[in-house]
Amino acid sequence: MGQTIEQPRFTCALGSCQSVVAIKKGVPILHSGPGCGVQVERLIGQGEGYAGGSTMPCTNAEEADVVFGGEKKLRNVIENSFKVIDGDLYVVITGCTAAITGDDVAAVVGEFQNDDKPIVYVEEGGFKSNNYASHSRLVKAIIDQYVDKFNEDREVIPKLVNVFANIPYQDPFWNGNLEQLKRILMGIGLKVNILFGNESEGVSEWKTIPQAQFNLFVGSWAGLDIVKHLKRKYGTPYLHFPYSPIGAKETSKFLREVGEFAGLDKDEVEAYVDREEKKFYTHIDKMASFMLEFRYGIPRRFYSIADTSYTLGFSKFLLNELGIIPGIQFIVDDVPEKYQESILEEFSKISDLQTRTVQVVFDPDAGLAQQKILEDAKDYSDKRLLILGSSWDKHIADELHADLLIISVPVQHRLVMNCGYLGYEGGLRAIEDIYDRVLATYR
Amino acid sequence: MSTINIKEPSVVIREKRLGTINAFTGTASEIVEKSAKGELKDCKRKFSQCLGCNQQQAFCQLAMIRDAAVINHAPIGCSGEFADFNFTYRVEQARRKLPPELGRYFSTNITEKDTVFGAAKKLEETIKLAYDRVHPNAIFVTTSCASGIIGEDIEAVVDKASEELGIPVVTCNCEGFRSKIWTTGFDAAYHTVLRGIVKPAEKKTNKINIINFWGSHVFDEIIERFGYEAQYIVPFSTVEQLKHASEAAATIHICPSLSTYMGAGLNQLHGVPEVLVPPAYGVAGTDRWLRALGKVLGKEDIAEEIIKEGHEKYVPEIEKLKEKFKGKRAYVTAGAAHGQALITLLNELGFEVVGAAVFHHDPVYDSGDDKLDILGQAVKNYGDVPDYRVCNKQACELVNALNRIKPDFILARHGGMTLWGAKFGIPSLLIGDEQFGIGYQGALNYARRIEDTLDSIEFIKNYSKHASNPYTKWWLEQDPGYFQGDGSGRGCAR
Repeated sequence: MGQTIEQPRFTCALGSCQSVVAIKKGVPILHSGPGCGVQVERLIGQGEGYAGGSTMPCTNAEEADVVFGGEKKLRNVIENSFKVIDGDLYVVITGCTAAITGDDVAAVVGEFQNDDKPIVYVEEGGFKSNNYASHSRLVKAIIDQYVDKFNEDREVIPKLVNVFANIPYQDPFWNGNLEQLKRILMGIGLKVNILFGNESEGVSEWKTIPQAQFNLFVGSWAGLDIVKHLKRKYGTPYLHFPYSPIGAKETSKFLREVGEFAGLDKDEVEAYVDREEKKFYTHIDKMASFMLEFRYGIPRRFYSIADTSYTLGFSKFLLNELGIIPGIQFIVDDVPEKYQESILEEFSKISDLQTRTVQVVFDPDAGLAQQKILEDAKDYSDKRLLILGSSWDKHIADELHADLLIISVPVQHRLVMNCGYLGYEGGLRAIEDIYDRVLATYR
Repeated sequence: MSTINIKEPSVVIREKRLGTINAFTGTASEIVEKSAKGELKDCKRKFSQCLGCNQQQAFCQLAMIRDAAVINHAPIGCSGEFADFNFTYRVEQARRKLPPELGRYFSTNITEKDTVFGAAKKLEETIKLAYDRVHPNAIFVTTSCASGIIGEDIEAVVDKASEELGIPVVTCNCEGFRSKIWTTGFDAAYHTVLRGIVKPAEKKTNKINIINFWGSHVFDEIIERFGYEAQYIVPFSTVEQLKHASEAAATIHICPSLSTYMGAGLNQLHGVPEVLVPPAYGVAGTDRWLRALGKVLGKEDIAEEIIKEGHEKYVPEIEKLKEKFKGKRAYVTAGAAHGQALITLLNELGFEVVGAAVFHHDPVYDSGDDKLDILGQAVKNYGDVPDYRVCNKQACELVNALNRIKPDFILARHGGMTLWGAKFGIPSLLIGDEQFGIGYQGALNYARRIEDTLDSIEFIKNYSKHASNPYTKWWLEQDPGYFQGDGSGRGCAR
């Protein structure tokens, strides 16, 4: 934790402003230095969205604010944000300058909250954590300071589930993944609050969070706090599926667990799973000859430099659905120590047939990861290699003549619209994308 | 009085050095006149949007020095740009036929604990680690809001490291809150290079410094004709080349907003003369520029030769295209000097420049000479720009102005702004390469690209039907300068 990082693949606490952008008509307001928003957008942004990027209000701290405090400026910017930007929910997020000078943000935002304005705040400070951790605080702040206001006479809505998964924008495929999750969860008969992105109803959906029958957290650790918090706050039970389910095998497992937890009719769940699996494996069956017989080499071993949810999800998927063996897995989402053991345990279970030891390294310093891959790859010069990483890894992928599938930020060598790798369809998409990259290398 | 003092670790910020402002509403002639009289006053805004800071501008100049490493002494978020610049660096390597290399950038990853107990040790360790991993010929340490407020003696750390490693390890003080003018970051980077890298001249060479970003090498041929060699700095230089920047015969500015400090620094510290003339945009502008260059180099005859050839080769086609642009109303949004250069270029191409939203305004440059006043000359040569605003990259002001003015065409040079033209269904063009418009060829380049842009309206019109607009009706009914100063809607002109 907290040591030198070469090639950062996440941003600071302020990065949660992108989670606000991911909510329909959400407006982040930064109480920070002038460059913070740009830094976040450059690493994890995918264009401005509704009110991100250069539309995002910001107090643009200057020296005088650092010396004398910036509360007055913040009040002005908030007041005028309501006038200038048409939003459903405004979220003030503080940066390093405000955190160090100790502006009373709660008091300033409180004035607007007392007027029943849809506004919440999160006191961050870029140095306080990274965006993996701050995303949870943001969601909790919205629930505690805003959603909760509408929570009188709530009744549980049967089969309603709140879904929390990968962090919007930090996961480049967040939107597509959420679409897939919503599709399959509805497929087994649930009503779904997906909360972020295209398939969400926006703030009105957030208001029903307390009424869910249960919460679902799909991911390794970043976001687990949210469902724990909701359990304490509203007594809502939660299910934690500890990685991204990619492809048929894992998605079916995921849906069965969810179905059982939600008390859904088992036959209905099975019927859906069966339908989806049939579709999925028809495609695999059709392409199996290619995967088995292609004469000029397809990847046999892969490295990951990615976050836990994907690294685990892809390891299970590639091993079981494509026969690509996991090499060293570099997990770069700065995983708190308390979660590491359970992650390793999940890796130890990736095969149903034999004991497999996957080498896992927890370290956000991806520059070091690259050095280690270059060394390790020397032992596998007979194999075509696949790297699951980010645009930072193009250089070593070229050097090793390895195929690179970019699944992590920064994403500069592909364009992402609604691509998602979760679920059944996501798995097929992953297969297409991997072999697209492989085949494109041939003359 | 000289604005250059390399004995100090930090550059003096631009608002203090040059009286730079970032808010103004008025006409171009007004701002030119007030600049000359020293009457410009800056003002605060009651509403603001994300801008960009010193550090990004500093980093862009230091990150592509080919054999250096950069350490950002900051929380991890401040290195969001690393990947972006690495991408640019690598694309531009290919264009220059250089072997592929990664940009070697490190974050000290300042955390809460470090704000309490200090981060100096971490910086020490990071310098060591970067050295072991990269073996660079120089290491630059850029600072941040957090490191600035912690306020440790970073100079002591880098001096010690410099001595131990035997390479220059130099700080670049570019805390985001230090200056309201983001281009101070350029000055901070050049201050770092002048202070820590450039050595006194041992000899004079026939090189001409071209202070630029990473634009195309359009000057090679022209400079060669004069018997000199173009030397593009700072990106894509080596540390060794920068050491000898003092030995050049002259310095050329492609954008004085960028290079004012470096050009003046090389002149005042090492006697490298600056070619003080607005950059070569447009035909008449290129004529003037070539004559000024010829004069500095004592080769006026060659300048005349190039002018003659240029006119013969390019002007007929430019004239033809100008016909198409006649009577069209154009709007410009860009950084200060470059925006002014684009105003010149559009005027030359026959457009009526009806408005401009320029990011800041430098009333004077570090040379102290008014011969670099691009806007002053544009107004004199082509007439006024009726809606000239200094918008500090505030998208809301641009959106508002565009909604009123409804130009036929928008020329932009910065992401996040071009988009707004398209949302309103106005053909919009962003050219990233600053050198794309330089010289006679450049004027033709622009004319052709503008023609393409005006032609491809199907996409723009279709997109504008579906584009989101987060701005309220109320806002679009206010004056664009509403939030500048006292809220009178007239910004700081009065």
